[in-house]
Amino acid sequence: MTHASKTGASAPPVEVHDLTVSYQNKPVLWDVDFTLPEGTLTAIVGPNGAGKSTLIKVIMGLIEPVSGHALIYGKPLQQMRKRIAYVPQRESVDWNFPVSVLDVVLMGRYAHLKMFRRPGRRDRELALQALEKVGMAAYSDRQIAQLSGGQQQRVFLARALAQDADIYFMDEPFAGVDASTEEHILQLLRELRSAGRTVIVVHHDLQTVSDYFDWVLMLNLRLVAIGPMETTFTKENLQKAYGGRLNILTQVIELSRRENFVRETEHD
Amino acid sequence: MTEIWADFFLLQDPNLRWVLAGTVMLGLSAGALGCFAVLRERALVGDAVAHSVLPGVCLAFIITGDKDPLALLIGSVVFGWISLLVMDFVIRNSKISTDTSIGMVLSVFFGLGVVMLTWIQNSGNANQSGLDAFLFGNAASMLPEDVLLFGFVSVMVLVTIILLFKELKLVSFDPGFATVIGYPMKRMEVLMATLLVVTITAGLQAVGVVLMASMLIIPAAAARYWTDSLVVMLVIAAGVGAISAISGTFVSYTAPSMPTGPWMVVSAAALFTLSFFFAPARGEFQKWRRRRRQQEKVSGENILKTLYKLEERDGLSARSRTRREILKKRRMEPASLKKGLRRLVSQGLVQHLKGQPSGYLLTEGGREEAKRIVRIHRLWELYLTEKLQLPGDHVHDPAESMEHVITPELEQQLMRILNNPEEDPHNKRIPKASPRSGGAAL
Amino acid sequence: MTTFWIILTACLASAACALVGTYLVLRKQAMLGDAISHAVLPGIAIAFLLTASRNTFPMLLGAGAFGLLTVYLTEKLQERGRLMNDASMGIVFTTLFAIGVIIITLFASSVDLDHECILFGEIAYVPWDIWFFAGMNMGPRPVWILGLVLVINLIFILGCYKELKIYAFDRQLAVSMGIPVAFIHYGLMGTVSFSTIASFESVGAILVVALIVVPPATAYLLTRRLSVMLVLAVAFGVLSSLSGYYLAYITNTSIAGAIAVMAGIFFALALFFSPLDGVFIRRNRKVTLEAPEAVAGMAAGKNREDSIPLT
Repeated sequence: MTHASKTGASAPPVEVHDLTVSYQNKPVLWDVDFTLPEGTLTAIVGPNGAGKSTLIKVIMGLIEPVSGHALIYGKPLQQMRKRIAYVPQRESVDWNFPVSVLDVVLMGRYAHLKMFRRPGRRDRELALQALEKVGMAAYSDRQIAQLSGGQQQRVFLARALAQDADIYFMDEPFAGVDASTEEHILQLLRELRSAGRTVIVVHHDLQTVSDYFDWVLMLNLRLVAIGPMETTFTKENLQKAYGGRLNILTQVIELSRRENFVRETEHD
Repeated sequence: MTEIWADFFLLQDPNLRWVLAGTVMLGLSAGALGCFAVLRERALVGDAVAHSVLPGVCLAFIITGDKDPLALLIGSVVFGWISLLVMDFVIRNSKISTDTSIGMVLSVFFGLGVVMLTWIQNSGNANQSGLDAFLFGNAASMLPEDVLLFGFVSVMVLVTIILLFKELKLVSFDPGFATVIGYPMKRMEVLMATLLVVTITAGLQAVGVVLMASMLIIPAAAARYWTDSLVVMLVIAAGVGAISAISGTFVSYTAPSMPTGPWMVVSAAALFTLSFFFAPARGEFQKWRRRRRQQEKVSGENILKTLYKLEERDGLSARSRTRREILKKRRMEPASLKKGLRRLVSQGLVQHLKGQPSGYLLTEGGREEAKRIVRIHRLWELYLTEKLQLPGDHVHDPAESMEHVITPELEQQLMRILNNPEEDPHNKRIPKASPRSGGAAL
Repeated sequence: MTTFWIILTACLASAACALVGTYLVLRKQAMLGDAISHAVLPGIAIAFLLTASRNTFPMLLGAGAFGLLTVYLTEKLQERGRLMNDASMGIVFTTLFAIGVIIITLFASSVDLDHECILFGEIAYVPWDIWFFAGMNMGPRPVWILGLVLVINLIFILGCYKELKIYAFDRQLAVSMGIPVAFIHYGLMGTVSFSTIASFESVGAILVVALIVVPPATAYLLTRRLSVMLVLAVAFGVLSSLSGYYLAYITNTSIAGAIAVMAGIFFALALFFSPLDGVFIRRNRKVTLEAPEAVAGMAAGKNREDSIPLT
């Protein structure tokens, strides 16, 4: 646990408290509350529209929650930005943007650079190392539009590696990639885990979840279950997350969508 | 002043009749067609086409040496078409994005038009004066033959929209589906493009190239706030266009130095602003009122609940409470408590005792209502702990907001699912409804 | 000498616009230049009425206020009014422009402003718009103003180069890293407004659009490096200014219009003959299918469906 020592404190890498998120008054996450232990590979699974991407975006401060909060190593995100890295969905950027592969990976170093400072030689070295790790070193001068889907995904991973963070959030990194890329990504996830990093991955393929990850977080608007794969990834929980329609809950959510979602902070 | 009003609305002036007919026809057709442009997210394509017809106007003038309306119409339709094809070609054949392509075509075509216009002006052709009316429009100078031609074009556009309404609707909403069911998509695209170019051309004399796009966009955007039906939206947009046309013409009739086009745009913008704020259902004012009513309901229900809980704490003794006692039990703004109590008194849910002891007391109906709220709160807490396995300290907050939302039907379902429970997770009693009244509605 | 001043003004304006235009083109916000350049008209007219002079400073202030108002109103209308970005932009800028035209006509007797001038600019008169400082003839005022704006743009872009790059490429990553995205956003909007306003006073609203959109778009087709794109955009802006001036001179027509036309011609050349992916290269590539990766990349990178729609 090399990184636990760097942390100094025993605070868990990710803590989420009573998180509720609504979009245009429509709840998309409902009182989600959990803690992740250090050094785990966690998959977030759940049906479409369950709020998987939303959850990691809220933790990273990309979306404002209605109530609740997330802590990174026991502290608010603002103080901890350098310790998190993000691999967004591939479709979220314009791949015709005039930058090279190395440029994109270097962006991962920006978090460690002061305003107005340019990336230096050491940053380039780190970026090249990261490219090496994902098997893309030969492509460092290519323009990103010339890459295949799997290669684009690997570039995004290299960028996250270059961030040299303690917690990695990845939004469907396995979506639409070729077999060799899938193997590469998996290899990398394991390396990260053995280096004591914490990795949280939004995952859509239920077949591979138990092979690839050691923790699972099951989500469907609310938190269905979280814990080690063997005990948590059960038929019963899957039923709850995917199948079993919680009739009343859906109706209530529907109602609060129509009414204005008012939440008073007063307490007795 | 009244004379001018009478002159205007009795249409005494024959010239005014022509001008008015021209602008109103334009307002109607641009408003209706604009709905499709806005709904297909092509609002600014119209802006580019409007700017791009300028070289066509100039070229027609250079060739004929005259301002023959038919020649100008043909010239501008041709160039409007060319601009659309260029935009499309650039997007299809390069990585240039739609908005860049629009901006590029708009500025380059317009630049070409300006070059040609200055060339004509320097060539000394005596007929050229008035060509620049196409830039900002000059409705007052429209001649009967202009109005006949452009009015005819506008009528054709309207008739086409009415006849092909169903097809246009489907093509705008779901082109993929339209292709699959065998619509001739190529021809539909060509038709829609032609309608757009023709409408813009017909409007140039009245509003000019710079402001033409707004006559497509603003009425359609205003109409969207009033309805969810495309037919109604089309009618309202056409109406907004026509009203803007009348008021613009009126202003420049009463103050001849005033340009018609900009006043049409400003009138349309005023109607848009009105719609934005005051349209029923979607307007800002309505949204604000609904929000406030909801807040009033929530704060009223919270006061009732607090009064009930005070009774519950003191062993269900029906004694009046002062505002201070209520505030001690539940933190809220003293001013909103005062207002809320006044509302509850007028609704007959709370009694205000003025003598000794003074204070507020739940009426029979108020107590039923308070029980209903407390019941829902505790049922929901129970549901969250039992059915969703939420920890006990996490269920109060969601219940606090849900108690104001859950309907009687859902309440009964909850009762059934939870087997008519007696106590909530914090071991507080769940109050039952009195048999005779099912709880008064607030 | 007059020729020199006119060409210098055009070159400064095109360089300033090309720099900020590059980021607008990359962020797919090219029409913002169009919107701002039209919407500042009432600001200029009001400043003119209040100060009763063609003093540049109040005009820049008035225009700047309306430029930011346009950005603000467009964003608000999109958010609150549930309108698409292009529709809300169209509503805001055309309305403001119409109000500007009305103000000018309303006070036509007292305002020596002409809305046609504002559309086409009056770059030919630049040499006579002299700035006197402490009684000294400092040369044409627009040259000084545009020079200042160009310097500000350069400082902003060089100083925040990496922040601008990541903001334009992947805004969410920038936020997750804690890069001051709001500062970069409003910095860019501010420099766009200033460049638009400063250029527009001398070259006119439509040419501003041409300078902001066309040279960066041309550069975009010719390179795969952001830094090269910035340099090329400036180069094409300057080239269009020079050749446009010459075209206007031999045909005795509008300089601003001719610069826009030349910019368009350069764009067309790049579109067809770009060695990277010009139309002709693409045609050939379809036949030979040389590098399978490249084809895969193209398919992944460019969504073929976003071609326009004719209405």
